[in-house]
Amino acid sequence: MPKSLTPRLAALRDEIHGYAKEFGLDFFETIFEMVSYDEMNMVAAYGGFPTRYPHWRWGMEYEQLAKGYEYGLSKIYELVINNDPCYAYLMESNPEVDQKLVMAHVYGHCDFFKNNFSFRHTNRRMIDDMANHATRVRRWIDKIGVEKVEDFIDRTLSLENLIDQHSPHIRRNPDPKRAEEEVKSNERVEGFKVGREYMRGYINPSEFLDSQRKRVEDEKQRAKKFPERPQRDVLLFLLEHAPLEPWESDILAILRDEAYYFAPQGQTKIMNEGWASYWHSTIMTRRALKDDEIIDYADHHSGTMGTRPGAINPYKLGIELWRDIEDRWNKGRFGKEWDECDDLRARRSWDKKLGAGREKIFEVRKHYNDITFIDTFLTAEFAQEQKLFVYGFNDKRNSWEIMDREFRKVKTKLLQGLTNFGQPIIEVVDGNHENRAELLLAHKHDGQDLKGDYARETLRNLQSLWRRPVNIITRYDNKGVMLRFDGTNHTEKKVEL
Amino acid sequence: MTLKIHQDHSRFKQIVRGKIKANLRKYVQKGEMIGKRGKDAISIPIPFIDIPRFKYGHREQGGVGQGDGEVGQQLGPGAVEPGEGHQAGQGEGDHALEVDVTLDELAQILGEELQLPNIERRQNEKIVTQKIRYTGINTTGPESLRHFKRTYKQALRRQIAAGTYDPNRPIIIPTREDRRYRSYKLQNLPETNAVIIYMMDVSGSMGDEQKEIVRIESFWLDTWLRHQYKGLESRYIIHDAVAREVDRDTFFHTRESGGTMISSAYKLCRDIIAADYPKSAWNIYPFHFSDGDNWSADDTRQCIEMLRDDVLPNVNQFAYGQVESPYGSGQFIKDLREAVGDSPNVALSEIADKDAIYASIKDFLGKGR
Repeated sequence: MPKSLTPRLAALRDEIHGYAKEFGLDFFETIFEMVSYDEMNMVAAYGGFPTRYPHWRWGMEYEQLAKGYEYGLSKIYELVINNDPCYAYLMESNPEVDQKLVMAHVYGHCDFFKNNFSFRHTNRRMIDDMANHATRVRRWIDKIGVEKVEDFIDRTLSLENLIDQHSPHIRRNPDPKRAEEEVKSNERVEGFKVGREYMRGYINPSEFLDSQRKRVEDEKQRAKKFPERPQRDVLLFLLEHAPLEPWESDILAILRDEAYYFAPQGQTKIMNEGWASYWHSTIMTRRALKDDEIIDYADHHSGTMGTRPGAINPYKLGIELWRDIEDRWNKGRFGKEWDECDDLRARRSWDKKLGAGREKIFEVRKHYNDITFIDTFLTAEFAQEQKLFVYGFNDKRNSWEIMDREFRKVKTKLLQGLTNFGQPIIEVVDGNHENRAELLLAHKHDGQDLKGDYARETLRNLQSLWRRPVNIITRYDNKGVMLRFDGTNHTEKKVEL
Repeated sequence: MTLKIHQDHSRFKQIVRGKIKANLRKYVQKGEMIGKRGKDAISIPIPFIDIPRFKYGHREQGGVGQGDGEVGQQLGPGAVEPGEGHQAGQGEGDHALEVDVTLDELAQILGEELQLPNIERRQNEKIVTQKIRYTGINTTGPESLRHFKRTYKQALRRQIAAGTYDPNRPIIIPTREDRRYRSYKLQNLPETNAVIIYMMDVSGSMGDEQKEIVRIESFWLDTWLRHQYKGLESRYIIHDAVAREVDRDTFFHTRESGGTMISSAYKLCRDIIAADYPKSAWNIYPFHFSDGDNWSADDTRQCIEMLRDDVLPNVNQFAYGQVESPYGSGQFIKDLREAVGDSPNVALSEIADKDAIYASIKDFLGKGR
């Protein structure tokens, strides 16, 4: 069972808390708890929460974490939950210097959770809701049976990524009441009010009236469509329109809720880890470290920052980018004058002594997510300094290799991997396809083909929720293809795009 | 103490073993966990269930990496995460460190994963040697056992605390008190000698993929036996219609063509054992890999005779692995099974593809002989 801090650690926490406040970090109350290594592995397998609904995939995560730990391959240092208050876990067996590092790191995360815009709409009572979800699912298991419930969860997980990441921040569909009024007022097209009859032809020329009529007609046409506009939140569409049993709807709603809760963490991984690392490094090296702790601290910090050729380490990329921004705004290396300067010597010694770095990074941590962060602040110099490259698979040599170091390509690839979490964008286009209550999805093809076998299996799972046949339009080798599963057979036909 | 998650965990394990939820069985994939041994990456098999989703193929997608290297340079094995649906916990901030694994630990991992029994040594363990094991750290000791890193750390620590450390001139001078030495214990170890005799068919029908399988399998066999016996010797024999002894490198890279006379290899193996490895002092493990296409029934008969009369009485275990080649799988394993399959010290295994390697290792080493 999680324990509260020892008096010694509580004193350290107060100390670190003081430094975090001093540097201007702004966070919810943060509660630290002590856990043993297998409790830590369990909580990590549960995605940071103390309880989740029963499902084998937590067991799968646990197996990986537990094995990694037992064989000495990897070790989890800290965990923190986006909640108000924030909960964070410390591992009992860690030495004091590690605990300090973790605390400083955690305060960085908590500041980010509270202030970054992506988290503004997240549920800050998620720790309670997760427990409620678990209870609800358990209740259904008691009623319906574990096999049925688990099978349904498995099939829904197959669709879990089909949500609309941005929808918490915007209104996709117009307010139905207002839309109705608009349609009514447009029903008869009369054009503008005319005071003198002889002016009618000038104020409302027939072309204008025609175009107005056409617009009204289009609106009506659209209203008949279902959904009116392509809908990216496939889970919501299923929830509202698929013929689900009450228990199925309930579980689908739970899984959708949790997917939305976790989405912002995926959208800000680089920023968030970088920010927390920036702050643990700043707090530790400027304030908290004692002389005899420096070496162990440096050892662990460098372990976290280690890179492998075939992957981006978000901790490393993040912290370097934050430092780069701070440095550039301290020295005034931005704006028109800087961009246009191509004298290498002037650039190298460029320092306007603005000292605006700290202020700038606090502003950036508020208004950006990984995509806009990379897009705005990753410069060619930075990419070169960090030795970034694009890798790809060489079929001839049957191995991964470095493809390119050109800045534009690196940046494009990096952004591509972040857009929609590097997953295909898929929308519901028609819930009454061919007027036979079939479901039609469309894949917004961006140059990469869907993995075929996975797509077919996913369709099978989708069909089991929709009950009627399901279809998806995508492209293979630049030709339009519609994949279809009708409940027994997979078929495929060419379509014009 | 039991944790809530153990229920989920055992359910997952049951799925992987195929005991429940057969519909998920097809999504079970061989994942791997990457460890490092020196500069080499080592992968530890770890199964996971990959729920299908709409997604891109990782190979088409590629990605961005970081580090040195020219354009066109290959990334080492294990550099790129294999399963793309395989995201480490969505939870915030799980720090992970990579740690080195020694070959010995690797063998232990293998043993635990495949639940291999320890090998029963054959000799009565009469000869006993004393072995030095470095188990601890001491403040005194001979200079030859000085632990450089510990000493350095200690000195650095003292200098920083004393304020004599200058980051611009980072010179560390250890004093007498800073020095740390490895300390050792003497352990009594029974002396055991073991030899593996690898034999491989290199006739025209054994392609690169078959050799790759043999290579991977031998690596694991070697690792395990080395873990069980200190001072393991290896001998390598290749054969097509004639057999010859070669070095390790040649063993894995030669490709001959022409027919297959397995008896030639067994004959050479027999001669090597007779000349160098008396039964009384050695644990002997011949491993033979082939695609099972022998030249003639007559030759197979000779093989079996030789095995029965000369090889089996002298060895701990004789193992034969039949690798499936593009030309199919041969008759030889069936002949062996009929003739000597009942002998306790014969292990036979068919290896259909790379995925079958782990099962086959278990066939070979599961008897604990």
